[in-house]
Parts: sequence; C-alpha cells; structure tokens
Amino acid sequence: MVAPRAPLHLMAPVWNRGTRGIRGLSKAVAPEGSQRKERSLLQFLADHFYDVQALREYLLRKQVLKVHQKNRPFTHIKEHFGPHAAGAYFILKQGGAVRFQGKEWIRPNARGRFSLDFLTFPAVPVEAVDASGSAINYHGLDSLLTLKELQSLWLRHCPHVDDWCLSRLHPLANSLQELSLAGCPRISERGLACLHHLQNLRRLDISDLPAVSNPGLTQILVEEMLPNCEVLGTDWTQGLGLGPEEQSQDTASPVPA
Amino acid sequence: MPFSDWNGKMSEIKKKIQSFLPGGAWTQLHDTSYLPPEHSDVVIVGGGVMGLSVAYWLKRLEKPRGAIRVLVVERDHTYSQASTVLSVGGIRQQFSVPENIQLSLFSFDFLRNINEYLAVVDDPPLDIQFNPSGYLLLASEKGAAVLESNVRVQRQEGAKVCLMSPEQLRNKFPWINPEGVALASYGMEHEGWFDPWSLLQGLRRKAQSMGVLFCQGEVTRFVSSSSHVETPSGEEVTLKRVHEVHVKIDHSLEYQPVECAIVINAAGAWSGQIAELAGVGKGPPGTLQGTKLPVEPRKRYVYLWNCPQGPGLETPFVIDASGAYFRREGLGNNYLGGCSPTEEEEPDPENLEVDHEFFQDKVWPPLAQRVPAFESLKVRSAWAGYYDYNTFDQNGVVGPHPLVVNMYFATGFSGHGLQQAPAVGRAVAEMVLHGNFQTINLRPFLFNRFHLGEKVQEHNII
Repeated sequence: MVAPRAPLHLMAPVWNRGTRGIRGLSKAVAPEGSQRKERSLLQFLADHFYDVQALREYLLRKQVLKVHQKNRPFTHIKEHFGPHAAGAYFILKQGGAVRFQGKEWIRPNARGRFSLDFLTFPAVPVEAVDASGSAINYHGLDSLLTLKELQSLWLRHCPHVDDWCLSRLHPLANSLQELSLAGCPRISERGLACLHHLQNLRRLDISDLPAVSNPGLTQILVEEMLPNCEVLGTDWTQGLGLGPEEQSQDTASPVPA
Repeated sequence: MPFSDWNGKMSEIKKKIQSFLPGGAWTQLHDTSYLPPEHSDVVIVGGGVMGLSVAYWLKRLEKPRGAIRVLVVERDHTYSQASTVLSVGGIRQQFSVPENIQLSLFSFDFLRNINEYLAVVDDPPLDIQFNPSGYLLLASEKGAAVLESNVRVQRQEGAKVCLMSPEQLRNKFPWINPEGVALASYGMEHEGWFDPWSLLQGLRRKAQSMGVLFCQGEVTRFVSSSSHVETPSGEEVTLKRVHEVHVKIDHSLEYQPVECAIVINAAGAWSGQIAELAGVGKGPPGTLQGTKLPVEPRKRYVYLWNCPQGPGLETPFVIDASGAYFRREGLGNNYLGGCSPTEEEEPDPENLEVDHEFFQDKVWPPLAQRVPAFESLKVRSAWAGYYDYNTFDQNGVVGPHPLVVNMYFATGFSGHGLQQAPAVGRAVAEMVLHGNFQTINLRPFLFNRFHLGEKVQEHNII
C-alpha cells in the first residue's frame, strides 16, 4: 500500500470469549490481578523453556484442529441423500437450526440431538438456515453453498466467519434474500464489499460488527452498493462525536423480527 | 552518604547481572551484537518478503527441529526502497502460465490461514487487511482470444474466474464504459489485495521466534572455490562453491566473513548485482558460464487520487486493455493506480523520483475513458518502486544455479513476487532440504532456461 508507515495497529479482535485453555489465559480480556500474574508466569516460563513454549504451541494447534474437525463435510450423506440433506445435517450438527420448504424449523435439543426425519424427503430444498453462534468457518461453507434455493441465512455471532467467507457466498446469489451477520467479530468492511454479488438480497443485517472501522460510512456505502436491499446496521450518527450516555443508547440496534 | 544514589546503582547492577545471564550480550572485550555470526548454514541475501518467506519455510520444513542456522542479511532496515512495501499489494490467479496460477493459489491459502502459519504465542493475531474484491481484466478485440484461452487454463487449475460480455459488464458495474471492450474476465474468489507491510512484519516476527538471525549489512564479496570437471562430451566446466559471504556493516569499513553452506539470492531488484559478485555470468557469452542473471531494476510509479463520484465499495482491481490499472483504497473514494510504461519509455532506475507527467499523459487518459467518473479527480500522492524485472520472460527464477552449485535464486518476479512469495519460499526450502520440488513443480523456472532459450512467457503482466 502506501510507503512504510509506523507500527501498524494490529487489530486484535476478541475471539475466545471464554478463558478456557491456555490461549484464553494469554488473552486476558479483563486483566485482573491474579489473571495477570498467571499470564506473566506462563509467559516467563515460555520465554525461558523450550518445552513450555512447545507445549503452548501444541495446545494452540489443537484448538485450531478442533475447529477444523467441526467443519468437516459429510460426504456420505451427500452421496446418499443429496446436497440439501447433507447441508441440513451439517448445520444441525453445529448446533444451528434448519427450515425446509413448507416445513417447520428443526433444531437440536439441549443435548445436541435432533430428529433425522429430513432424510426421508431428500428432494425438498432447504429454505432457511440459522447457524448463529456455531463454529462454521471457510471450509464449513462448502456444505452450505450446495443449497441452491437458500433464501435466508443467519450467521450471527459466529466467531470464525470472516471476510474470506463472505467472498464465497456468491453461488447463493440467485436465491438468497436475507442475510444476517450481526455480531461476527472478524467481519470488516472489506468483506462486506463482496456482498455486491448478492443482487437478490432484500434484508441485510450488519449491526454490531466490532471489526468495521467506520460503521456509519460503511452502512452508507453498502446501501449504495445494494440499492434494492434494506440494510440494518448501526445508526449512521454513531460515528459522530456523541456523549457517552447518548452513545450507549444508540448502540441498541434494531433486532430483526 | 555512600548510597545516596541507591536507585541508579541498583539499575546498573541489574543491567550487569542481566548481561551475563544466558541470553544477554556479554563479551569480555566489546559489544559485537551488531555483527552477524561467524558461521551460518544458510545465508539469505535480502530481507524482503521473498527472503523472509524462504527463511520461514526453511525453519518450518527442517528435520529435526533447530537443525539449520539461517541468517538473513538486509541492507536497509527501514525498507525504504524494498519492492515489497512499495507494492500495490494485489494477489490474483489470472495468469497464463499454470505454475503461476498454482503459486498464487497456495499463497492465497497461506494468507487466508496466516494466523495458523505465523502464530506466535502471546502476540496479537495478524490482520493483513485483505480485500477479497477480485480482479477484473478487460480485453479489446485483439486480446479477447488470448483472454479466453487463459481463463480456460485458470479454471483448469482451480481458479474461480468467469467471463463477462460488455453488456454484463455494464449491468454489474454501471460506472464502467465498456466501449472498446470485447471480453472481460472477473475473478470472483481467491483474488484481491492486502497490506504487504503486515505480511512482512508477520513473517519477520515468526522467523525471529523460530530462531532465524537477522543482520543489517551489505553483502560485498563472496569467497568461493572452484573445481574443474569434465563432462561426458569432453567439455571442461568450472563448478564453483561459495564458502564465505562478506557482510559489510553500514557506515563503516568493518565487515564480517560469514562461513556458509548455502546462499539464497533474494535481493529483488539488486539480484543481478549479487549474482555478478558470485561469479554468475563470468565467461564467454553464449555459454552457460557466460549467462548472466537477466534481472534488473525497473522503476514503476503508483499514484493515489481522490474522486468523489468514483466507483463504490464493490470496485475490483481493474486492469484495462491498455495496461492501466486501478483499485479502491479505503472507504474515502481514494484510488490507487498506475500503468507499466513501454520499453521505449522506461524511466531511469537510478532513484525513486516520481514523474507526475507520466500520470497526465499515460495513466489518466485511458482510465478516464474507461471510467467516466475519473474525468475529474485530484492526485493526492504518488510514489515509485522497483520491479525485479526479468528481461528474459518476466517470470521468476527459482532454484539452484547449475555452476555456482550452492547459490539458489528466488527473484525476478517482475511485479508479481509479493503474491507468490509464500509459495516460492516453500518451493526453495524444498529444493534446499530435499533436492527437488515436492508440492509445486517449478522446473520451468530454473536458471537453465536462460542458456537453453526456453522462455516461459507470461502474458498477463501489468
């Protein structure tokens, strides 16, 4: 880009909201006294002993592998029951919800189990997918992109959905009418630029995206990019200088029905 | 009182103790921490994205862990003239040579998973500010057939590129004037642009954490030994082996001879000079010994302008049929662009001064014709950078030299080095560690082709 500039502010979005695992400890979201001491002890050990450093790296890699494992495709279901059933099974396995054309929403219960009735009607397309809060990532989208008649996709608060994932959504351009990306920590305005392929989109929710640098300006640009679409985002006045009490009122973004 | 300056004395004592604990810089005589080590297994000349990528992959693919000592020698620690940071930062698969497409696909994968590859414990994750907006190549009547065959090759290799007619172009991007365009190819995925400085910093940080040593200095001499070998056909060939690299420290006559086993030439625009130092090309012209490394610096200008009525958020990286290109920069209606000059108009690569006339004469007219909104714009700034231009066929040189047996090249990419750096780094590391290319076959890019005359011509060079 422009000629070399001073230390780049590496945006460190808060991925792991929990403090499970060593990686969570190292990213002390609210550094209290004892957490900080634990972190610096671990850091001290890792700086001085190769074994501890290797152990931490190994645990880091394991976490990444876990996410990959969750996003594996179910090819045997796809072969036997077709792409719609495979996509539905994938989403239900992640903890999301699926609605087939003409049917009710299917959700897994509190223990993660769901009925396999949908395997009996493999030709019925999936119309709506709610993958909010799931660990779906770039590879996991493989299973979704075969759902050619998907009309509504909700990816709220998905920690691994990022700009690259958005660039993959163009095969759904013919059918997708509603898309919700609210609360995804890794999506920025650069990924939103890829949404112009989705010309049939009528409702887009881009509220509460912490990685977007200019929410108000981004919303205006996205509205210009998708003229037929209703864009729900933050209030455009949020970027202007507001007092703290006014700001807290504005961040309550409208929740789509 | 004797201990009135207790705090000052304590901090001095602490400094002395820290300096002789392991990891401190304690020498009995004087501080030599600015000098490179006396021995290193691999010396990489050039600390840009290519050199750092080779260093990273060498440390990543080595068996066992910690086996290889790598030293990266970079002359300019501010990277003020390095091609990497002055680059426009695009990555595309729309090439005509299949190997280029594969290199770029892997590099895209690398960038996408950069935080898995380059994660350092306790450091914040990298954000390379990737814009996955794709590339749009426009072709006139003349170039339409070539474009179509290129797209076929690209799709075969796995790139997601689609062809568009002028009508479709007008529908998709209403700000384009498709007059004169016969065909367009649009890369929908795996293409875009990013911030090369973050990639460089990320590679450097990770390489440092893996134990790669960095030195700021200039390579001034190679000490090598020769041996004469007779080929089966009776010719005598001189094989050279580099034993020492002399690294001269800035602003001083002091140099450090670094004994090494392998030298990697990743010096970018100056690779030709480094190769000459090593004795590449010293011989009668027309022979393998007399074949020089045909990489020279070429200056290219990049201009940043503001156009309030310009194309919006969906703007891809547009490359016009005339060779002029532009892309969106940020959210404020700013655009970056430029154009490669013809052979006759090549500017003098002596310095990095910008020629603003070039924008008025050669860049603005074709862009204003293609995007009518650009008729009114205001240039905000401009800079110039070097291409490590391969005058032979504008494609990279990768792999060992046939005669200087322990010098490996990773240079000559003529403007698309940044987007292929991760994959080329891996290829060179495989060549060094295993002796052959294992993942992507880059045999067409070996040095031999300059002597044999086998051009791997890349048509889509901007």
